[in-house]
Amino acid sequence: MTRYLVRRAALLVGTLFLASIVLFVLLRLLPGDPANALLSVGATPDQVAAARHQIGTDRPLPAQFGHWLSQLATLHFGTSFVSSLPVGPEIVSRLAVTVPLTLSAFVLAVVVAVPVGFLAAHRSHTWYGALVGVVSQLGIAVPAFWLGLLLIWVFALRLRALPAGGFPPDGWAAPGEAVRALALPVVTVALVMAASLIRYVRSATLDVLGSDHLRTARALGSSFVGAMWRHGVRNAAVPVVSVLGIELATTFLGAVVIESVFALPGLGSMLVRGIAQHDYPVIQGVLFVSTLAVLVVGFLADVAQRLIDPRLRGRV
Amino acid sequence: MSLLSVSELSVWTADGRALVNGLSFSLPPGRRLGLIGESGSGKSLTTLAVTGLLPPALRASGSVLLDGTQVIGARNLDGVRGRVAAVVFQEPSTALDPLMRIGRQVAEPLRRHQGLRGAALRAAVAASLDEVALPARVAQAYPHEISGGQRQRAAIAMALACRPALLIADEPTTALDVTVQADVLALLDRLVAAHDMALLFVSHDLAVVGQVTDEVVVLSAGRAVSSGPLHEVLADPADDYTRSLVASARRLDAALDLSRDVGGAA
Amino acid sequence: MRRRVFLVAGIVLVGLVLAVALVSLFWTPFPAADTTGGRLEGPGVHHLLGTDKLGRDLLTRLMIGARIAVAVGVGAVALGAVLGGVAGLLAAFANRWLDDTLAALLDILIAFPTLLLAMLVVAARGASLASAIVAIGLAMSAIVARLTRVLAKRVLAMDYVTAARTSGVSWPRIVVAHVLPNIWPTLAVNLALQFGLAVLAEASLSYLGLGPPPPNASWGRLLQEAQSTVLTAPVGAVAPGVLLVVLVVGVNLLADGLRDVADPTRRGHR
Repeated sequence: MTRYLVRRAALLVGTLFLASIVLFVLLRLLPGDPANALLSVGATPDQVAAARHQIGTDRPLPAQFGHWLSQLATLHFGTSFVSSLPVGPEIVSRLAVTVPLTLSAFVLAVVVAVPVGFLAAHRSHTWYGALVGVVSQLGIAVPAFWLGLLLIWVFALRLRALPAGGFPPDGWAAPGEAVRALALPVVTVALVMAASLIRYVRSATLDVLGSDHLRTARALGSSFVGAMWRHGVRNAAVPVVSVLGIELATTFLGAVVIESVFALPGLGSMLVRGIAQHDYPVIQGVLFVSTLAVLVVGFLADVAQRLIDPRLRGRV
Repeated sequence: MSLLSVSELSVWTADGRALVNGLSFSLPPGRRLGLIGESGSGKSLTTLAVTGLLPPALRASGSVLLDGTQVIGARNLDGVRGRVAAVVFQEPSTALDPLMRIGRQVAEPLRRHQGLRGAALRAAVAASLDEVALPARVAQAYPHEISGGQRQRAAIAMALACRPALLIADEPTTALDVTVQADVLALLDRLVAAHDMALLFVSHDLAVVGQVTDEVVVLSAGRAVSSGPLHEVLADPADDYTRSLVASARRLDAALDLSRDVGGAA
Repeated sequence: MRRRVFLVAGIVLVGLVLAVALVSLFWTPFPAADTTGGRLEGPGVHHLLGTDKLGRDLLTRLMIGARIAVAVGVGAVALGAVLGGVAGLLAAFANRWLDDTLAALLDILIAFPTLLLAMLVVAARGASLASAIVAIGLAMSAIVARLTRVLAKRVLAMDYVTAARTSGVSWPRIVVAHVLPNIWPTLAVNLALQFGLAVLAEASLSYLGLGPPPPNASWGRLLQEAQSTVLTAPVGAVAPGVLLVVLVVGVNLLADGLRDVADPTRRGHR
């Protein structure tokens, strides 16, 4: 197991490196000179050259890349071209919004999806099972931002129970308000994720319910509940865990839109701003952190899968 | 008093087709019965119907009395399954939980039916594996780490751990390599005799059924077409299907004899 | 039986939206840029679904939105299918080392969600219908490429391909005669699903202000504009969303129906 962990961690670092190259190249392919964002219209070529020198885009590409890599190694994300403020601390403060949002939504989605998906599979021939099927079909077709909009309409504007957007300026120093600010966004993201998860849970449960080994357990006198608990849960978890990793990663990066709906100061809005301003350090920093998060989640999901399923342990 | 009493058993699909039609037979304690038929004759469905394990899309009618308990329409058969009748299925690669070690899977019925715990349980697991000629280290292995024949032996050990009065074997050797089939069959024969169990043996292979049972019921398209002591059925087949079954078995035998005479022993 | 109902329902839903989109090419109740209606009027005789905050007819804008949605869906999927299909096929034939590198690259690209990739492309080219199609199409091509590669490799490993090679059949002929016929059913189902994802991605892009600009704007843009006035004019915030759901559900049902047709072993399955 340790050998696998080491190898997998090495793969993670390697992929991260590869991803940072891709990131770097993609950004440099964008037309438009960031130096222009710093200057007013009608700047002289000298001023443009000076601006370029100031932000470092006049150096050869490999030098720029090397510079960025060395910064990363010390967990420095450079300074914004536009605001000259360090990127790192801003990312950290925005993570304080995005991470709780993503994790809470994830937990809520799992808590909802597992029992619903299980029941939908177990009672697949009843109206209940069919209803869940219909609801989840609708659920994966609903755009997250529309759902957020509707929730704002009902709960924030009509019922006045929760804020329509924004995050307290003190952040988590005012925990009650922070939680209230995140309530609707969390529910929105959780519902969208749950709609997708329910289908996977349902499918995995159906497979287990029809499986031969469950039949063996019952044939030897095990009760349905006992057999599902001892054998069903673990077997159903295998395909679901692999999907959970991807879903969590997608949610983290998809928070961009939700933050826009609810005017939350998270990573997503930072990224949108950075893209609009061609602010390379900001874009690079946010995307790097996001990629790192995605890869780490993938790593954890892989390890979890290996822990559950002994058939995967043979391969390293 | 019969251990297993089947009367007019029929298995229906959702659109009213009968996959098993009006099947009747009975099995006293300690006796052996073979159920022969080709694929699609309904023999596997019969074993599922008898233990109340039909898939939800199928429905059974008629009467199945397992040690006096009516199986058809019963809400809860947990107390009857395993204790009265235990099943060994055809496909060993899917019949065992792939995520659980063999030892734990054998321990489960031991714990439930013999009430063993702790050190006594561990000893019983070792004894169970020994009884089916599996080495002790198999207890630590996962199903994918052992061979098909070993998996089937483990399945037999699990069934025996229930100390059932009736062992139902549904094509237990069909999915195994030919070289392994004879061993597993002999093992079954010996253990059923040693534990004084009744045996319901299902197969498409006349020769295999002949080795372990004395009485047979021949199924064709869901109906019983002949039944009775094996040698009688073989000597004087009452219907066409049984006749063709016997005839092909005889042809195979004759071919084997010929090759033995000509080419030397196999 | 239930399967057939789903397939028909899917065709009906998609057909409805397609019909509206086609009609919008020739006729809409009002010209797209017309702002003569009163602001934020409710549904009425002149404007069947009311007007938006600049006085434009909502029904007209919805019809144009249908056109955009269909265009993006078809365009992005077509682009993704061609680029991804070719890339995937090439990867399937490549030698081990090259193939592994490509697979790793594809996985990285796929890890970036469609929306982010699309944002980068739109930032480069400016917001327009073409940008949206290119952006989403590029993102889709990575997914299509990975699927094509996996499917093609599976076919290439089959015995009948080896048999064809040993009897001297050329590679291009093998692709046409064996690989493509075997992979296109699964691919087609997948592409149908991607259509729905493309429509949703474009809606998100437009919501963020990175999609085709008004007046020929998409449903996502309509929702973004309606957000600030949802309390007083709910129709504008509800109708575009409903249409999005209708289109995507329709396409998904179609894809499910196609799946059962494409893979006969699944018929009669739960």
